[in-house]
Amino acid sequence: MVETLADTVRVYLLLVRMWSRAAWAYRTSFVLLTVATAVVTGLDIVAILLIFAHTPRLADFTLPEVMFLYGTSSTAFYLADSILGTVDRLGGHVKAGTFDVMLLRPARALVQVAADQFTPRRLGKVAQAVTVLVVSLSLLDVPWTPSRALLVPLMVAAGAVIYGAIWVSGAAFQFVATDASEALNAFTFGGNFLTQYPLVIYGREWLWALTWIVPLAFVNWQPALYVLGRPDPLGLPLAFRFVSPAVALALAVVAALAWRAGVRHYRSTGS
Amino acid sequence: MRVYVEVALRGFRRHATYRSAAVAGAFTNTMFGFIRAYVLIALWQARPQLGGYDVVDAVTFAFLTQTLIAPVAVFGAPLELGERVRTGDVAMDLQRPADFQGWWLAADLGRALFALGFRGVVPLAAGALAFRLDLPTEPHVWLAFAVSTLLAVVVSFALRYLVALSAFWLLDDRGVHAIAGIAAMFFSGLLLPLVAFPGWLGAFARALPWAAIIQVPADVFLGEHTGAGLAGALGFQAAWAVILLALGRLVTAAAAGKVVVHGG
Repeated sequence: MVETLADTVRVYLLLVRMWSRAAWAYRTSFVLLTVATAVVTGLDIVAILLIFAHTPRLADFTLPEVMFLYGTSSTAFYLADSILGTVDRLGGHVKAGTFDVMLLRPARALVQVAADQFTPRRLGKVAQAVTVLVVSLSLLDVPWTPSRALLVPLMVAAGAVIYGAIWVSGAAFQFVATDASEALNAFTFGGNFLTQYPLVIYGREWLWALTWIVPLAFVNWQPALYVLGRPDPLGLPLAFRFVSPAVALALAVVAALAWRAGVRHYRSTGS
Repeated sequence: MRVYVEVALRGFRRHATYRSAAVAGAFTNTMFGFIRAYVLIALWQARPQLGGYDVVDAVTFAFLTQTLIAPVAVFGAPLELGERVRTGDVAMDLQRPADFQGWWLAADLGRALFALGFRGVVPLAAGALAFRLDLPTEPHVWLAFAVSTLLAVVVSFALRYLVALSAFWLLDDRGVHAIAGIAAMFFSGLLLPLVAFPGWLGAFARALPWAAIIQVPADVFLGEHTGAGLAGALGFQAAWAVILLALGRLVTAAAAGKVVVHGG
């Protein structure tokens, strides 16, 4: 059977629709969870606002600039979270034996794990992040050249792919360590939290590590330096501001290979 | 009394079984400790002495609160009780010849002890290696901190117990759990120390039960309270513990009257 990308997307959307209807069965919980997710994602920005209630600048960055970092990172993060955030439950599926069931069904296992227990309320988080991004764009005092304006949607898309790749790689790791799902949070939720602030606050060593080891600097930091018209504290060449899509692609390839290796390594839990 | 000690021991052992999960959790708590420490350093560099903390206090706060996250279960999984209400297994729990609330409290204390001893020490130790921290030097401060942490776990349990009992009416406590989690994160001081909350918001946040979970034990650790102030801080925690546990008992009685056991 030749499966096209369109088939994969169709199966994914089918599963998403099914899970959305399931979520609607517990209505009070659904409504409360929708409100809760919208508010909880808003708390990070409240913390930023409280910080700026005490100081006009944080590590020389203004509030609109930090809001821009928050908006770009969080929009990318919650897009990836909405689409495939549940892959971090892979370890649970392996332990419960439900992953075996997924392998038997005529659809890609990754698509099934990604769509598992999908709920439309996750889109509320994306909306919240986009709102902050739009507000920051209206407050920023930069000359909007075409290259600057184009870089904004491009960095969000690349950022979403980077987060998605981290999620899938972390899920693949759970084929080896089924209990390790919480360690993945350090890179996903931790990565999102970290990139909401100007990376200079973490010092040169961390900045170097975030560029070359866990390349979260390409989610929003490097392109944002260009958009905000700021020099790179590490003094990297100008080309680095534009390579996020290439970094995203490379990470996606690594994630795909890791996932395949994981599925091939998988031996079920027996019994 | 012995039965509760046994239940607590089982709670401890049950969580001790999942060692790799504890290691993964400790790793994540530690990484967040570093991120939060740097954010607070940036803030305290802009505003030294903000809220009566110096920058060393702020960094200590970042790592210490990451240590407390697991024991007080701010982000933790909901009490299994909620799930048991949904599945109906709770009918069995209500039959036990032991106090219902006491049973769950004992199990949670066992869990918290494991979380503090095996998972919680990691972020603080890592922070102490990387930064200069404000660690208590006097034994009585450590003792007060131990009491304060115990009270924090009890207050947190009492809140999560109420959340779990909501499943008797809603059939699914996940929504309430999510809302309660947000309130806990914001008002406990985990997101930003409550000392950095401006004006009336700070005063309001410090009167709520969530302050008893993170901010108060952290202040006790940092030696912000002495003498009568220390007694007042522990009294504040104890008062919330008593109020919320009593509320839990009232709700338990109401809920037990609602249980319908379907035979078959």
